Amino acid sequence: MKVRVLVRLKPGIMDVQGAAVKRALAGLGFSELKDLRVGKVIDVDVADATPQEARTRVGEMCRQLLANPILEDYTIETVDDLAPREAGR
Amino acid sequence: MRFGVVVFPGTWSDCDFHYVISEVLHQPVQYVWHRERELAPFDCVVLPGGFSYGDYLRAGAVAGRSPVVEALGDFVARGGLVLGSCNGFQILCEAGLLPGVLTRNECLQYRCQSTHLVVENVETPFTRGLRPGQILTMPISHGEGKYYADPETLARLKQQNLVVFRYAAADGSVTRASNPNGSLDNIAGIVNPEGTVLGMMPHPERASETAMGGTDGLLMFQSLLGSLVEDGSFLKR
Repeated sequence: MKVRVLVRLKPGIMDVQGAAVKRALAGLGFSELKDLRVGKVIDVDVADATPQEARTRVGEMCRQLLANPILEDYTIETVDDLAPREAGR
Repeated sequence: MRFGVVVFPGTWSDCDFHYVISEVLHQPVQYVWHRERELAPFDCVVLPGGFSYGDYLRAGAVAGRSPVVEALGDFVARGGLVLGSCNGFQILCEAGLLPGVLTRNECLQYRCQSTHLVVENVETPFTRGLRPGQILTMPISHGEGKYYADPETLARLKQQNLVVFRYAAADGSVTRASNPNGSLDNIAGIVNPEGTVLGMMPHPERASETAMGGTDGLLMFQSLLGSLVEDGSFLKR
């Protein structure tokens, strides 16, 4: 079961990396840019699991390692959410 | 005092700590590989700086779940002392042995420079030989040293006097200009409520001989040795 984890800095936490990327894009002429924040994508493949089981296990992985709750929020997408966007990949 | 210096893949200050403990302090010291769990032979375990596990995911995140760090909980509960410097501080926060987290420097630069630290708490085995308000000079060398904690945690740190070092100007004043990484409240080092686990971004081991450009780091090691009494236990706070 393929699961995608999106890890983002919480609102209110300063994203210095995002600010640097935003400045660079502004330098390239993208003057309409209002805000930009950088996060992480973690693709996980869980063996022998239903979407619900995979979601539960990956949630546990997020709490134990993949995200730091002081700084970061995470969302979990299972294959149902990913399809048909990435069907066949 | 028996020291253990933990080595992760990617640790780089382990040899510096080993050198200072064995050659400058003349104390027994052993390297401890990250897969080991046996910490009983030690009075003080050092988590040195570097890039443990490449700092993948987040600085100190993977190391914070390694066998040796899992064993630190019991070691601390039995009264053992832990000193985490630089990456070691990041690991202690990731492991939950200290509150808060170290994030990317606000300036986005990797900062390798000398800093002044003002001593805030001398009621720890690491600082008992110092006086409150004393100014120490030690180097920093990190890209992710901006300390952050939520407002409740910060209030608790202040109320319980758990902030040990703050970045300061040469005269000891705590100013924005003397903050090299954007740390909350200029925090450079904190301790647990028992005073036995100290995390700090600066490098005491790189300021322990005149040839290194300063010996203020040695004052911390001497404080540690001074807190050991003859029966092998530590002085109470």
